Amino acid sequence: MALKTEPFILNVGPQHPSTHGVFRMRVTLDGEVVVDVEPVIGYLHRGIEKLAESRTYTQVIPLTDRLDYLASMTNNFGYVLAVEKLAGIKVPERAEHLRVIMAELMRISSHLMAVGFFLNDLGAMMTPVLYMWREREKIMDLFEMVCGQRLTYNYMRVGGVSHDIPEEFLPALERFVGEMPRFIDEYEQLLSQNEILLARTKGVGVLPRAMAINIAASGPVLRASGVKWDIRKADPYSIYERFDFEVPVGMVGDCYDRYWVRIQEMRQSVRIIEQAMKRLPRGEICIKLPKPFRLPNGEVYGHIEAPKGELGFYLVSDNSIAPYRFHVRPPTLINLTALRDMVVGWKIADLIVIFGSIDVCLGEIDR
Amino acid sequence: MTVVLDYEAVARRLSEKFPGSVVESGKSGIVVKSDRLRELAWFLRDSSEFGFDYLANLTAVDYLDYFEVVYHLVSLTNNHSLVLKVRCTDRDKPVVPSVVDVWRAADFQEREVYDLMGIVFEGHPNLKRLLLWEGFVGHPLRKDYL
Amino acid sequence: MEIERHELSLPGSYIDMVEGREVESLKKSCQQPIPDPDSWLETELRRNVLLTTVDYVIDWARSRSVFPLMFGLACCAFEMIATAASRFDIARFGMDIFRWSPRQADLMIVAGTITWKMAPAVKLIYEQMAEPKWVIAMGACAISGGTFRESYSVVPGLNRIVPVDVYVPGCPPRPEGLIHGIRLIHQKILRDTIKKV
Repeated sequence: MALKTEPFILNVGPQHPSTHGVFRMRVTLDGEVVVDVEPVIGYLHRGIEKLAESRTYTQVIPLTDRLDYLASMTNNFGYVLAVEKLAGIKVPERAEHLRVIMAELMRISSHLMAVGFFLNDLGAMMTPVLYMWREREKIMDLFEMVCGQRLTYNYMRVGGVSHDIPEEFLPALERFVGEMPRFIDEYEQLLSQNEILLARTKGVGVLPRAMAINIAASGPVLRASGVKWDIRKADPYSIYERFDFEVPVGMVGDCYDRYWVRIQEMRQSVRIIEQAMKRLPRGEICIKLPKPFRLPNGEVYGHIEAPKGELGFYLVSDNSIAPYRFHVRPPTLINLTALRDMVVGWKIADLIVIFGSIDVCLGEIDR
Repeated sequence: MTVVLDYEAVARRLSEKFPGSVVESGKSGIVVKSDRLRELAWFLRDSSEFGFDYLANLTAVDYLDYFEVVYHLVSLTNNHSLVLKVRCTDRDKPVVPSVVDVWRAADFQEREVYDLMGIVFEGHPNLKRLLLWEGFVGHPLRKDYL
Repeated sequence: MEIERHELSLPGSYIDMVEGREVESLKKSCQQPIPDPDSWLETELRRNVLLTTVDYVIDWARSRSVFPLMFGLACCAFEMIATAASRFDIARFGMDIFRWSPRQADLMIVAGTITWKMAPAVKLIYEQMAEPKWVIAMGACAISGGTFRESYSVVPGLNRIVPVDVYVPGCPPRPEGLIHGIRLIHQKILRDTIKKV
């Protein structure tokens, strides 16, 4: 008697604990083994690109905050860099140092969340998340001291930053930077040699080097596959050439490498903040621009190294007060192109782990 | 530092190798004919002097007379970059050849341009709407959509 | 043993078309906002004498053990998780476990922007919850569409789809603001009576 089998479509739906937001996957299963994955997105499509065409250049900055809502400072940074590149504006030194400090603090916060929720997907229910949330609350307190907001900061402006730091900021930052390496050591001691983590992530979801370059992956996903490409070193923007830091590179490209690259990047960010803090000069924080601000005719593509990858902004201007075309290059949408190749052949529990290691944020996938 | 290649020199080199393919080389990129796009893409990716193996960005702009699809290319080995553009004047049925088999990064980005602008990419294996729902009427990012 | 493998019967594009039609029909039917169930604020409490103590005990028990449904869509979700984390502990109000399944939850906290593509899912999950149930609209986007109100794909407010009990303003609201909204829900539960159920 023959055993009849038929593939089964499972909907890992928009409301689901492990999908990091409203992401949907139509998974075709043969028993427990995944045969095909089709990502379905668009559940958070808010039309930011169209809305930006009817707002002035400064009013677009709060819209960019809501793109990758876990790393708002770097979104703002990328956008104002693109505008300043087209307009040819030079930013004061104090503002440049403040921008670098905020961007690196944001990188630490985003990687803490990425690692915490990755471990949540593996099954360690909320323990790593709550440990990492402790540090994230300290970072959010620092940001609240400066600009009054905890999540969507709207801090950078075209030509500088919006508020200067109060006096209690630098002592609090020094205390944070002094304690942080010890906390990262605590996480590594708890997690990196853990048997369950090693068994479930070593060799799982490998992204080969040639494929990573062909799909234009960026950020920790690209570096874990063995490609040493970090925009802060390859095409430096702002004042990153003056700082001394390393770029961690993985070897195999599996989930463990992506986790390891993020932990090492946190250590390097602490190094950069220490150097920037020591060299912080006095001066003004924003140059005065004419109101309303008009950009000259032309187009520009400005990109930065956001925590999730290469975040690019493509702006076309026709000398009016609003952009003619505003496009965001989303790092996580492009990293997701290889999801099918990474997942086919593994079981459904591994699908969740592999997807968690790419670290998506739906705000910028759907815009 | 990523070097932005000089557009005049690159345009001359491409015209020698593929005569008649370059339309103009302005100060913001090289405009090529859409039917020669694929052979240019293969050449740019596989030749060692250019070696553009990384498609950083693919997007489209609606100038009212024509659509323009913009490709930002980067070479990781030589650390230089280039901007390619393709124009398309038909407003009712704009068609551009797809570069998915050259750079797989174009997969989701071409689907998004089809969804929001309505430009059809010939040769794409799975061209359907990405961000909006099936049954949505119109293409929002066009300038005549309200 | 022989294994006969069959192919799939429904292609993915057919499912897309069916869902697209559902979204369009929901959009046509939700053009007016649903009125808020706020009659509890004005009416005099006229309770049945026989049920007073029973009402009091049941309402007290219900208000101290509300199970919230995690429905975080966008940025406000992270402030909701921050409310549940150790600093602004929500477990001290009895709302320890955030349930993911609507069948086991009483309170739906919708945090984030709702788009027309997501609206059928929101309505389905609301209908799957068992009575008595309450809804909090958290954040400017859930209250009225927020900063994205003019967009072509954003629902201008959660009260177009489901009736809302408490609105918590902010972009995103601080955890203290959300806790104030939850205390208002507790006050509403305490005024409830089992006679209508």
